[in-house]
Amino acid sequence: MAVEAENANFSLSSLWYDKRNRAIVLQIITVSIFVWFVYQIVNNAVTNMENQGLNPGFGFMSQIAGFNPTSPEFNLTSFDVNSSTHGDVFVLGIVNTLLISFVGVILATIVGFVVGVLRLSNNLLIKLLATTYIEVMRNIPLLLHIFIWYFGVVLFLPQLMGALPEGGRGVTGINFLGLDMIFMSNRGINFPSPVLEAGWQVILIAFIAAIAGIVFLSKWAKKRQDETGQIFPVLWASLGLIIGLPILAYFIAGQPVSWDIPQATRFNLKGGASMPGHMMGLLMALVVYTGAFIAENVRSGIQSVSHGQTEAAFALGIRPNVTMRKIIIPQAMRVIIPPMTSQYLNLTKNSSLAVAIGYPDLVNIFTGVSLNQTGNAVEIIALTMLVYLTISLTISIFMNWYNKRVALVER
Amino acid sequence: MNFKHLLAAGAAVAFSASVAQAGTLDDVKAKGYIDCGVTTGLAGFASPDDQGNWAGFDVDFCRAMAAAVLGDASKVKYTPTTGKTRFTALASGEVDVLARNTTWTFSRDTDLGFEFVGVNYYDGQGFMVKKDLGVKSALELDGASVCIQTGTTTELNLADYFRANNMSFTPIVIEDNAEARQNYESGACDVYTTDRSGLAATRVVLSDPDAHVVLPEIVSKEPLGPLVRHGDNQWGDIARWTLNALITAEELGVTQGNIGEMASSNNPEIRRLVGAEGDLGAMIGLDAEWAMRAVAAGGNYSEIYERNIGPNTPLQLARGVNALWTQGGILYSPPFR
Ligand SMILES: N[C@@H](CCC(=O)N[C@@H](CS)C(=O)NCC(=O)O)C(=O)O
Repeated sequence: MAVEAENANFSLSSLWYDKRNRAIVLQIITVSIFVWFVYQIVNNAVTNMENQGLNPGFGFMSQIAGFNPTSPEFNLTSFDVNSSTHGDVFVLGIVNTLLISFVGVILATIVGFVVGVLRLSNNLLIKLLATTYIEVMRNIPLLLHIFIWYFGVVLFLPQLMGALPEGGRGVTGINFLGLDMIFMSNRGINFPSPVLEAGWQVILIAFIAAIAGIVFLSKWAKKRQDETGQIFPVLWASLGLIIGLPILAYFIAGQPVSWDIPQATRFNLKGGASMPGHMMGLLMALVVYTGAFIAENVRSGIQSVSHGQTEAAFALGIRPNVTMRKIIIPQAMRVIIPPMTSQYLNLTKNSSLAVAIGYPDLVNIFTGVSLNQTGNAVEIIALTMLVYLTISLTISIFMNWYNKRVALVER
Repeated sequence: MNFKHLLAAGAAVAFSASVAQAGTLDDVKAKGYIDCGVTTGLAGFASPDDQGNWAGFDVDFCRAMAAAVLGDASKVKYTPTTGKTRFTALASGEVDVLARNTTWTFSRDTDLGFEFVGVNYYDGQGFMVKKDLGVKSALELDGASVCIQTGTTTELNLADYFRANNMSFTPIVIEDNAEARQNYESGACDVYTTDRSGLAATRVVLSDPDAHVVLPEIVSKEPLGPLVRHGDNQWGDIARWTLNALITAEELGVTQGNIGEMASSNNPEIRRLVGAEGDLGAMIGLDAEWAMRAVAAGGNYSEIYERNIGPNTPLQLARGVNALWTQGGILYSPPFR
């Protein structure tokens, strides 16, 4: 009887007047409108492209690109003009974007931490310098930073080749320590690159062993400190391991790595590897700019730790810099990490300004040149967005994981 | 905001974009100016002076079109485009016509969906180097750093040329001519390569033009000309015949100075050109005197050439193949009839 009554009550109007039903109906409507909207946009784009005689699709990815996006000495994916396709341009672009972002994030973090800590220094001069750095750098637009560093600094380095004082032409760039190995000029930094020969894997194994050793060592040192209170110099021991073991392996295995050293030719240095001038400029700009923001995060993080902690540490006779490293910073991390994530995301996305000075990142060579040569705008932009989305999500996921680790552990 | 509004807004966004793009002529008349895509600044071809007035060889084509269509050569809005942005600007309708020393190629004409309306300068790609390098031929350039502008045919020709000759190079890829100059002058690259007309235009603005040489090799064909979007043939016709009118005027000896009297000429082709006879204008949706205004705006092809890039300008480009077919060149306009 009751069941019947309920069924009878179910009428069309209850879809709207019943609160729960209404919520569901509204959601269905919203989703439908959204789907319809997306469909219209895609359909509209496809129709218009067809009207203009453009043919959408990803076939262009396997066509020979026909242009040379990078130099032989800065070519991480072995791009070859004779055979590489727009798909290879895509891959090279991603690799270069990841490279500049990765190096940029690490350097910016170091700069940020140093400056952030210095800003809280008791030494007035240091404090003033750090404050000035932060205020000046983060108030200059990034594009301007890039121009200043590239056109104002990098291009003013000595020319690589030129007239020598003793007559004739030769290398006029900076030759580090006179070793004829590492050169710096307004074309970038050229340095020897390793050439792996049979048996080099031994070195890799030694390296992995060193890392395992470090993990083990730090666990052991912590346990020992917990039990006996004695402190073991983990940092120095680790450094020794990670440098010493591979070097040892190198000699034991009979030096299975040789070096490709840059050689002067008529116009350029041939051989070895290089960090091109535009990469130097872009990296400096990204690091200096993002570093200033990170410094502010670090400062606010440190200030969020109550002063009582410092006083307590001092009362226990702990030295100031140990207090900072072991007591303040670990607690400050909780506050520092979340905004840090967004700085890392910013740096990664900002690296796409590379196009301004010609660093061959994804946006420059794929979204720029490939798009221009093939005209497949919609596909290329969509792929590019997907790449940035993936990188950003990966960074976020990693930082969230790290944040959980450093968060206050409730006991 | 209720659903009705949302729906209406959504529909408006979705459908307004799908309006067909024909009728550029009507659009241009309605807004009262032509939007013309030009370079970001290339001496002699298109560059703004200190008051922001654009002048140059390509600019004069835009002016001729505005005179033909709107009756006033100054009714042009110039949109600076780089090698890379120009095609999107044209395809998206941001500009009505692109006059930016753009090479007519197969894929641009077909796959990219554009219509080249003719050639206003026959060019080829060359190389410029500093004299003190002692380079005599482009075949000596193995291993050099080369400045190139991105999004151009230059980029592709360069790769082809070095491939064909088994040489390698380090590309320094930049967005526009001003940046190219900075890189080249500071020695970040040994070579600057682009169309030879572009090299001439860049060389005159270098701090010491005489310290640089253009190498003898011409490594490509670069027929440069104005272009419009596919899909509006009338607008394409207007652009094509404006260019042809300028060339025909030179051939017939019609100049900016004498065009006023040409209505009384007894040469039938001149009479058709200036609209004294026939109704050519009506066939492309314009009035009878369109071509007369186009020539009156900045002169015929020769006058435009001599004023902007000819032997008496800093660029000092001889007419060469760009002379009329009657004078040993390959410039040739179909007849006005
Ligand atoms: N003709 C070639 C190259 C055109 C080109 O971009 N030329 C350069 C150098 S001559 C230029 O006009 N630059 C002017 C600017 O930077 O806006 C093409 O169509 O791809």
